[in-house]
Amino acid sequence: MTDTPATDDRPPKPRPAPIADHDSAPYWKALHDGRLLVQRCQDCHQFQLYPRDRCLACRGPVTWEEASGRGTIYSFTVIRQNYARPFRNWIPYVVALVDLEEGPRIMSNVIDCDPNAVQVGMGVEATFEVVSDNAGIALFRPVT
Amino acid sequence: MSRGTRNGHRAVIAGVATSDYPRLPEMSEHAVHGQAADRALADAGLTMADVDGFASTGFFPMYATGVAEYLGLHPTYYDETNAGGASFEVLVEHAAYAIECGAAEVVLITYGSIQLSQMGRRLGTGGGGGAGFAPGPAIYDALWGNTLVGSYALAARRHMHQFGTTPEQLASVAVTMRQHAASNPQAQEREPITVEDVVSSRLVADPLHKLDCCVISDGGGACVVTTAERAADLRKTPIHILGAAHSTTHHMNISAMPDLTVTPAAQCGPIAFARAGISPADVDVAQLYDSFTITVVLTVEDLGFCPKGEGGAFVENGGLGLGGRLPTNTDGGGLSACHPGMRGMFLIVEAVRQLRGEGGATQVPDAKIAVAHGTGGMLSTGATLILGQEAP
Repeated sequence: MTDTPATDDRPPKPRPAPIADHDSAPYWKALHDGRLLVQRCQDCHQFQLYPRDRCLACRGPVTWEEASGRGTIYSFTVIRQNYARPFRNWIPYVVALVDLEEGPRIMSNVIDCDPNAVQVGMGVEATFEVVSDNAGIALFRPVT
Repeated sequence: MSRGTRNGHRAVIAGVATSDYPRLPEMSEHAVHGQAADRALADAGLTMADVDGFASTGFFPMYATGVAEYLGLHPTYYDETNAGGASFEVLVEHAAYAIECGAAEVVLITYGSIQLSQMGRRLGTGGGGGAGFAPGPAIYDALWGNTLVGSYALAARRHMHQFGTTPEQLASVAVTMRQHAASNPQAQEREPITVEDVVSSRLVADPLHKLDCCVISDGGGACVVTTAERAADLRKTPIHILGAAHSTTHHMNISAMPDLTVTPAAQCGPIAFARAGISPADVDVAQLYDSFTITVVLTVEDLGFCPKGEGGAFVENGGLGLGGRLPTNTDGGGLSACHPGMRGMFLIVEAVRQLRGEGGATQVPDAKIAVAHGTGGMLSTGATLILGQEAP
């Protein structure tokens, strides 16, 4: 096994885009339009992500609400080895679990900062990137 | 359900074996199953003709059926439950139930992998960082370039944050495993290492270094579960299944794990101990899945060998070594001996060998009770087997 080569002469590859299904299509579409949605149970009012057809807590019906986009870092890692494109070209980069203000925890990248400056408990806010005709993603940057 | 006698039967492990490892460039995956099976049956004093139950698992549906076909078996009990690295503890537990209720008399359980020789053709332990294969909800964690190591690193980082666990404490797990591997002539890595060697090795995914990660190997193993009555006339002293339990907290998405410092072992461990009627303090030797150093720290806490948060202090200064607080992974573990992908079978083989007194240079003196605990997926599955020299 060898370390990741310093150079990669293969053509650049775009960030992967999700394939939406019945549960997730509104989520990805809203992100495409620059809005982060969370689901909320109409019966027990609990927030949840990832999107599901029913409430995780009580199996009640769910609706969508727009999240504030703010959260804190629950945990993170700095990826320094990954052979998969496009990520290999971005090493080192931060993968984090972000606890949204509304409660749900999601995985994302923390960008626009020195990976070595990231800390558990750090405040972050969402920034959006379009990755296909009907999907976007939420990335996070430190709250300044 | 307690491990008592049911329908007159009590399940025991009558034979165990590993295949050759860690490099098998001239063997097929199925041949590794076969080699381990032949050896485990010979260990028990049985042949393929005695087998009426079969269990195995791998990466594809109907995997056990395929291995049975390759081996020429026509079992009337079979199982291929896949719980990742915890699979083989689950398969032994299920086999015990089958034996106890009379559904089978001789269950052969096999594992085989040529992951190392296939590197580049199939994702290895250090891979998994692309988004190419992310069915259904797996997509939510697949877009960020996270790797398998990265998921365990997220748990390690959180444990360090909450409990002050240090990289040096994590490193001490790898150091002890390497000490044990030095006595295992088959082990993939046998050169002694220090805590300093581990923490100065390349960071793969902070805070996990290269030497915090298991090796990638070829290899397999097998065991034979049968009735105590049948085992009485067989070659080796039977090892009793005192208690067993398994659980899951999530599947692919580490973002769905409720608390990254608490693994499924916290659910299934206490159940297994209760079923065995013993406490963690009664355990003489442990075989704990060590995909990464953090996996072991979390597992000793969750199985109740120390309070939550004190795993770092428990494992350091030779806590897992011979003569330590809990002699663990006496073959060198996945960190040094071998890790062909789903290592749970090796935990069972080594636990049985210890209880038979076949541990060689790393034999724990007078070992009467052993725990084998598998951890699979992204800390998603756990399965605990409590084995004993004596009948419950």
